Order: sequence, then C-alpha cells, then structure tokens
Amino acid sequence: MADPILTLSGITKTFPGVIALDKVSFDVRPGEVHALVGENGAGKSTLMKVLAGLYHPDAGAIIYQGQPVQIDNPLAAREKGILLIHQELSLSPELSVAENIYLGAWPTNALGVLNKRKLRRDAQAALDAMGCSFGPDDRVGTLSVAMQQMVEIARSQAFSANVVIFDEPTASLTDTEKDQLFTTIRGLQRQGVGIVYISHKMDEIFELTDRITVLRDGQVQGTVTTKETDATAVTRMMIGRTLEAYFHKADSTFRDEVLRVEGLSLKGQFGDVSFSVRQGEVLGFYGLVGAGRSEVVETLFGIRKADRGTLRWQGAEIPLPTPRQAIDLGMALVPESRKEQGLVLMMGGMENTTLPHLASYARRTVMDRGKERATFDEYKDALSIKTTGPEQPVSTLSGGNQQKFVLAKWLCAGPKLIILDEPTRGIDVGSKSAIHTLIANLAERGLAVIVISSEMPEVLGVSHRVLAMAEGRLVGEFEGEEMTEENLIDAVSHHLARPAAE
Amino acid sequence: MQTEVKAFLRRHGLLAGFGLFLISVALSADAFLTPGNIFDVLRQVSITGVMAVGVTFVVITGRLDLSVGSLLTLLTVIVVDQHNTSGPAMAILITLAAGIGVGMFNGVLVGLVGLNALIVTLAMLSFLQGLVLFYSGGSNVNVQNAQTTWFAVFGRHDLLGVPVPALIFLVTAVIAAFVLNRTVFGRQVFAVGGNETASRFSGIASRWTVFWAYALSGLTTAIAAVIMGSRVMGAQNTIGQGYELTVLAGVILGGTSLLGGSGSIWRTVLGITMLGFIQNGLLLLGFPYYVQWLVTWAVIILAVWIDLGAKRGRILA
Repeated sequence: MADPILTLSGITKTFPGVIALDKVSFDVRPGEVHALVGENGAGKSTLMKVLAGLYHPDAGAIIYQGQPVQIDNPLAAREKGILLIHQELSLSPELSVAENIYLGAWPTNALGVLNKRKLRRDAQAALDAMGCSFGPDDRVGTLSVAMQQMVEIARSQAFSANVVIFDEPTASLTDTEKDQLFTTIRGLQRQGVGIVYISHKMDEIFELTDRITVLRDGQVQGTVTTKETDATAVTRMMIGRTLEAYFHKADSTFRDEVLRVEGLSLKGQFGDVSFSVRQGEVLGFYGLVGAGRSEVVETLFGIRKADRGTLRWQGAEIPLPTPRQAIDLGMALVPESRKEQGLVLMMGGMENTTLPHLASYARRTVMDRGKERATFDEYKDALSIKTTGPEQPVSTLSGGNQQKFVLAKWLCAGPKLIILDEPTRGIDVGSKSAIHTLIANLAERGLAVIVISSEMPEVLGVSHRVLAMAEGRLVGEFEGEEMTEENLIDAVSHHLARPAAE
Repeated sequence: MQTEVKAFLRRHGLLAGFGLFLISVALSADAFLTPGNIFDVLRQVSITGVMAVGVTFVVITGRLDLSVGSLLTLLTVIVVDQHNTSGPAMAILITLAAGIGVGMFNGVLVGLVGLNALIVTLAMLSFLQGLVLFYSGGSNVNVQNAQTTWFAVFGRHDLLGVPVPALIFLVTAVIAAFVLNRTVFGRQVFAVGGNETASRFSGIASRWTVFWAYALSGLTTAIAAVIMGSRVMGAQNTIGQGYELTVLAGVILGGTSLLGGSGSIWRTVLGITMLGFIQNGLLLLGFPYYVQWLVTWAVIILAVWIDLGAKRGRILA
C-alpha cells in the first residue's frame, strides 16, 4: 500500500475554554478517498482549517510528502498542493471563471500587468481536464451552484493538487449534480490525488470512500476500512450510543384549528396557497429548494408582505400580521438559516433566547435580568445546551448548540403554532434524532407544528399530513396511507414536467 | 509569559500607552496634572463627549452620523439667537426640539427609507451648514446680556468645585449607559447592530430602532449646543466645524466597533477623555495647536488597528 501523502500527527488546537482538537492523527494516501465524519462540534471544521492554514495548531506535526511542513495561509496550502473546497463556496461572483480559478495567483508579466492570454489558456486546460461545459470567460455569478463547485475543483488541476479536501460538497446539489461530482472525484482519485471527504450522509460515504475516520469531541474514535464496516457501526462511533427509532411520530389527538390560510399569494414567489393546521398536528411541507415553502411561512410571519390572502387564527379572521403581531399571537418561526436569520451571533445565549419577547422580560421597559437568567437556565437544562454561561457569545458554539438556542428562543414563550424551516439541515444524526423527538413532544403537548423539509424520509417520518409544493403552488396533499415517497415524487414531478407556457 | 504580555497589551495596550503618555507629559509640564488644568480639559471634552454619547447609539446599530458637526453649529446659533429674542428657557426648549427634529429626519431617511447612512448624514452635514447661513444671514450672533443671564450656568459655572458642563457630561453618560444596558431599547440597539435580519425575525422593528438612535444623536448634540452657547456666549457660523470627526475619533478610540453590535457608553467616555488629555498635553508641551489634528489621525488609525488585531489574533496581516 502506498505511503501516505499527508499525515497529521498529534494535532492539538485549543480555544478559550474548549479543546477543539485533542491529539488528532489522520492520514490520506494517494488515490484514496478518506471520509472524515463526526457530529457537529466534533472538530472536523477545525481540522480542515488547520490543513488549509486558517488555524495554526498548538501542538503536533503536519507531514506532507514525507517532510514536516508549516502551513501559514490558504494560498500557501494551495501552492503546496493542498486544496480545500469549502462548504460555502469562496468565489467572486463578478469575476470570470478563469480569474476565479487563479484567484490570488494571476499570471503577470514583468510590469505586473495581468497576462490574460495565459490565464485563459491555462484555465481552459484545467476545465478541459475536468470535462466542464462552461468556458473560462463565463462570469461565475451566472453559473449554477454545481458549476461553481466545479470551478473550485478546477483549481486542483490548475495547481496540480496532491490533496483535495471536500467539506460537505453535496449540501446544495441535486441528485444528478451529485452523480457528476462523484464522477469528478473518482477522476481525481485516478490521477493519484488523495481526497478527504467530509460529510454527514452515510449513503455517500459508503458509495465513495475507501476509509472512514470518526471524530468525536475533538478526538479520533478510530479509522476503519469502508468495506469492512456498516452505517450502524459508524454511527455508533460518532455518537457513542446506538440510535433507536430514527423517526418518532407524535401520538396526539387533533383538536381545534389554529391557523387557516386561504388564497395566499405573493407575486413572483407563490400563488393561491390554502391550508390549515390543528392543535396536536404536525403538518409537513415537502418540495425542492426554491419551491416557495420558506417564502410562504415568512409571509405568514410577516417578514414578507402578501399581495392577497386571508388568515384565520383560532377561528377568527385576522389581518396579515407583522412579525411582532405574529409573535404576540403565539406564532414561532425557526428560520432556515440559523446564522443569518436565527441568531445575533455576538450576543450570548441568554440575550438571544429572550430577544423575541423583550417586553415580557421588562418592567416599564427596564430589563429584568433575574427573569431572563431563570429562562436561560431552564432551557439550557431542558435542551441540554453546552455553553459556559449566559454571556458566552453563540458564535463560539457548535452548530447543534446554536440551533438549540434558536429553539429555546421560540419555545420559552409557549407558542401555539411553531414553524420549523429545515430544522435538521446540516446537523448530525444525533441532534437530528433529538429534534425529531422534540417535534413529536411539542405536538403531543397540543401545539400545531409545521415542518418544512427537502428530505423526504424526514417529512414523511414526522408529519401526520404532508403538502407537496412546486414552483410556488401546492400540488398535492397526502394523509395516512397516501403518504408515500412515490406519491410525493409524482405530485412534484408532474407539476415540473408541465409545459412552462402554462 | 511572553504570550501573557502580548494578551495584556492587546486588551489594555491603548490604556497602558495613554498612561505612559500622561506620566511623560506630567514630568515635563508641571501644569498638566493640576486640578485647574484637569477641569479645563473636562470642560473642553464635555461638548464632544455629550455628542459622542448619542453617536455611540448610532454606531452600535452599525451606522454613522457625520451630520453632528454642522448640527452643533446650527443649534448653537439657534440657542444664542433665541436667547436674545425668546429668553433662555424658551431658547433651550427650541434647541432641544430642533436637535431631535433633525435627528429624526436623518432617522427617517436612514432607518425608515433605508438609505445609506454615510451619504445621508454627509449630505445633511452640507445641508445644515447652508441652513446656518440662511438662519444667521452670515453674521455672528452674541448673547446680549452675557454678564447677567442664568444661561451662563451650563458652560461657565462650577458646582462644588466641578465644572457644570463636566457634570452634564457625566449625567448624560450615566443615563445613556442605563438606557443602553438595561432597557428594551438598548437591547434592540445591540440586536439590530449585531444582526438586523435576525432581529426582524425576532419581531424587532429594526427600522424604528435605527430611527430612535438618530433621534438620540440629535438630542445629545442639542445638549452639547446649549453648553457651547453658554460657554462662548456667542456663535460663529463655523463653530462646530470638524466636531463630527473628533466625536467619531473618541467613539472609535474607546473601542466601539464601526461594524455595529458592540460597544459601550463608558468606552466612549474614556475615548473622548483620552483624546482631550492628549490634545491638551501636546499644547502644554509647546506643540502648535494644529498638531492635534495630526495626532488625532494617528490615534484613530492605531485604535482601529489594535481593534482589528485583537479580532484576528495578531497585529500584522
């Protein structure tokens, strides 16, 4: 077996109060796809940032091509032949494909003037090697997410990368795009590139990788050969316990109608949306990204202004609310993007928790810190949030713990309707399961729950009733026996297959 | 040990440097650390200080207010002129109302309409300078009964040996700190500056939060104008020129981030006071007065640089 091209040994990295990486050792061989898995906060991202030169380890060695090396910054990593493909792509949308591929290393002549001809020629060669359908002059902003990812991967050809690290590369790809990505990765593999593949998705890991290394709480739990293990064993290593029932459907009785929506429309986003949800019921919204699901719930919550439509809240017709009015009615919206929409990252957990309900934590507009602290303590325990205290900025917490604060801030006011928009996106199986259980508990306590998800097993697993959405329209409603994957796919694909002229 | 020294310098380096400066000036200029000189400095910083307290709210929402310099000019002209026609009490009321009014106007454009804060307040700076000349007709105004009016209290008198303007600065700062740290509005200011989108998703009317921050900035500038009018007992058409930069320098020097979401009133008080002592020290050391502009530049760059260094963990890029 080939010697490793890259070896990490005993890498330790600490942040104030946290050991992010604890003597982590890991290697990747030429022509190998090595999966790196672990729950959120396990240390995967930190490890990758060490490799890319964004963080400097406190202890340990990086051995590359047999030599100990120090990686000072991402450009240095790239010049050495170590390339990180970010989860959030790091391209400049206004620049061309060629300019992006060589970003930071543009060829220049003696006077420092950009050598456009060489830039284009080299970029074209890299794109050809990858079999890309777009050209070096295309503006990156006009390409699809999958194509943009190819631009990043094309850097591996341009810089003759020996090691390419993929961080959750399929998070926003369709199935076809995913297959193309896998073909590309196998191509790199044949060139003898060592590949590190970070993902939560077990099916991808077992389809693609040769070895799997599991991280937990900053420590390596073990490295196994993919052929000799299975998803259950890997999951057990990740969370240190066996997963029981993956989905837990609420065993609740439906009572009074909480919300009825009729003919809700917003030009260019969605049209004529009508549905209702009852106490104790979990209503699922299924659809592809861009189907208009988030836009509908943001409109219900008053973030967007509807053109038409009526709302009935607990039987009485109400005007479309502002966010403040929606919250006061008893609506809660756990938004799609926790960092952009859910949390004020530089604030502590306590201030984030009480943010939507400031008036009820104040006496004559003066904040009651004792009351705030009591709520913080209550939800820190109830949701077992790992934080050092009420003031610790949530930016320093792991994704799972951040999401728990988003839940805390909505649960603490005792809502009547809670809307969860992609509540488990990008989080690990352990936390996923905890959120599914929480959804069931909320419904059993008599809340009306709306869950939006693009993951079919999830939406079928947690909901009592599912609405399918495509291109801003409701295209199907399924209950009981009718709730099957085939029916959902049929409803959505039927609509998408219709001629666009309609 | 070395890392501890570095960490200390990063966190308290500015204060430590200021301490060194104080000591070295005190050693070479006997007059520097006398009660008389200290009170003079406090009297001087009270005007920019009161303004900076209001501007701090605007900066924490992630915005700027560059109009305060010419607003100070306009309001000082108003308070002095109205003192002659309507009497001191009425003059003060009119000035406060005008200050809040201009602040609200900025607030409407930046907060409610959503225009760029830099452009709106820079344009307002120019507009108000023009308005001053309209109002005054180009001539300077003076308080006619300067020796007898009780209006002199705000800028010229002492209370228990402490200059009244310094006391006004202190009281303004204490009230503002309470509002910022303990009230619903203060929490909203931090939330909007920290993440405006998340604030809207939390039901906070972020546009109105910004609006009220600008209104506060107008109010504190009006208070400063009362002190200024009382101290000078007159107003030239350029009396507040350049104050917007001194105020901003004080806020930044204190460590309130221009990116919004963090900062505090006591930091602003500290920043403005430090700036005052630095300028005063340089004068006592015999430097010509215009050197203070150069030093203000150096201090701003240094403060922003150290702030950035603390965020990314090292001083050089």
